[in-house]
Amino acid sequence: MIEPRSRTPGTIDREIPTSLNQLYQEVILDHYRKPRNKGHLDEATHVITMNNPLCGDVIELMLRVEGGSIAEVRFLGRGCSISQASASMLTGRVLGKSLEQALELSGKFTHLLHGDGAMLSDDDLGDLRTLAGVSKFPVRIKCALLAWNCLEELGDATDADSGSG
Amino acid sequence: MAKTAETAALTDTRHATGMLATGSPSAAADRGDSGEASEDGGWDLAAIRAQFPILSRDVNGHPLAYLDNAASSQQPLRVLNRVERYLREQHANVHRGVHQLSAEATEAYEGARRAVAAHAGTGDAAEIVFTRGTTEAVNLVASSWGDAFIGAGDEIVLTKMEHHSNLVPWQLLAGRTGCDLRFVDVTPEGTLDLDDLDRLLATRPRLVACTHVSNSLGTVNPVREIVDRAHAAGALTLIDGAQAAPHMLTDVAKLGCDFYAFSSHKMCGPTGVGALWARRELLEEMPPYQGGGEMISEVKLEGSSWAKVPHKFEAGTPNISGVVGFGEAARFLADLGSDAIASHEDALKRAALERLDGIEGLRLYGPRDERTAVFSFTYGDVHPHDLSTILDQRGIAIRAGHHCNQPLMDHFGISATARASFYFYNSPQEIDALCDGLALAAEVFGGIA
Repeated sequence: MIEPRSRTPGTIDREIPTSLNQLYQEVILDHYRKPRNKGHLDEATHVITMNNPLCGDVIELMLRVEGGSIAEVRFLGRGCSISQASASMLTGRVLGKSLEQALELSGKFTHLLHGDGAMLSDDDLGDLRTLAGVSKFPVRIKCALLAWNCLEELGDATDADSGSG
Repeated sequence: MAKTAETAALTDTRHATGMLATGSPSAAADRGDSGEASEDGGWDLAAIRAQFPILSRDVNGHPLAYLDNAASSQQPLRVLNRVERYLREQHANVHRGVHQLSAEATEAYEGARRAVAAHAGTGDAAEIVFTRGTTEAVNLVASSWGDAFIGAGDEIVLTKMEHHSNLVPWQLLAGRTGCDLRFVDVTPEGTLDLDDLDRLLATRPRLVACTHVSNSLGTVNPVREIVDRAHAAGALTLIDGAQAAPHMLTDVAKLGCDFYAFSSHKMCGPTGVGALWARRELLEEMPPYQGGGEMISEVKLEGSSWAKVPHKFEAGTPNISGVVGFGEAARFLADLGSDAIASHEDALKRAALERLDGIEGLRLYGPRDERTAVFSFTYGDVHPHDLSTILDQRGIAIRAGHHCNQPLMDHFGISATARASFYFYNSPQEIDALCDGLALAAEVFGGIA
């Protein structure tokens, strides 16, 4: 015989586990609820939409590249706090960078999500470092990377276009 | 219990000890669900839970509250033991050998067919075709019956609440044959619009294929009514029973349908196996689905003749151990009794509805009545994936996403819901755990916006 383990109704344990506190930092929730640079970019030179078919999250990333650097960036999308906050933060960090520099940042960010502690002291990542808590939730890494996958796809497409490899 | 040794072999030692230790009368009194015994007519939840070893494990330091049963259910010791016994003592290929093991394996396999037939409500076991699951059962009908009897311009009526598995096979058939697909509308409440069905029947479609129970809304569709209207218009009917067969004994005769598809793994059996029930005369006139061994009567280089139903549709060596487990799951449910299962699930459903209704910011989808204990909801601006992550930290397993129901999500103008789906082994305490977990989510998000 086994009992359903005792759960005492009424005594709600509201202590937030550390892992959740690290995952859902105020900065992240702020970007989720007040996304930066969200909207359509009319004069985009680069547009790409990617989705995560398993969960339905969608990001459309729009860039205006001028004179070799990202002059304007916006996104549209829907999904969880992690995917949307990550996209919002991306727009802040890649502005003014060349595509190449943006992709370099994407590489660093990916390392951060896979638990590379060295990235925590990399200023280039800025507030993206608040997403380090995602590394404790492997199934959520793909959420944080969705917008960055857009960037990588654009980079690949640009490489192919230029023909220089 | 005669199976003590087998039980111990398959049970984690820590929890096996725990089972004995917590079996005392005082622990039972502490459970706080003493009213349930009288309400459910002697339903001993603790004894039932004890048969599912996985239910006593911890997840992230909390007792597991498994509320993802609409995705897949857990398996009782009886099923685990039966599969193990088959593999240890009886395994050989079926329908082939003359030797003892092959005879025993064949008897185990065909015995399972009889048990599954009984669950579906047919006395003719030959009307049960084993498949890989509901998905393959629908694909079988779309390929075999569809390719043989459907042509350009023919109409097939589906509904807007179908799981992708009862949608995409028909889209593929439409691509092959040029037939047209029509969709019965869903009301704002989450039920089928039967007036819309009547409109679609006016052009005399060949088939109406719809789900018995919605996997995301929990809606129980009026299958008999739909079948009668379809038949009056000259259409055959296929019912996707994946979400119904686990909760109710299916009586295909009472439903009156022509095809009924369901899966083992949602009704306490193993994954990778399911069944198609079809009226015998339909199976007899349908061409084979796949070619190979087992499904033939005689093979010559110029051509072959087919085995009798159901073997005509079971090419190759089947998932024998899976089928054996499926059969044992059907017997297990029969022994529990569908009335007892329904009664306990109904009590859980009413209790959960009442609790969820009281939570500010929570929006529940689907009808109030004529539903199962499957609850799709959104909670303020906490995205379902975030909710699922937070609940998981409390050991609570729910599903988040579109539930293979993208057109239905579009219909409601949302991209995802959180879904808590209960089964007969769930406890009222797990409803409390869910509600406490929602309170935690509100805390993590600094309030529900």
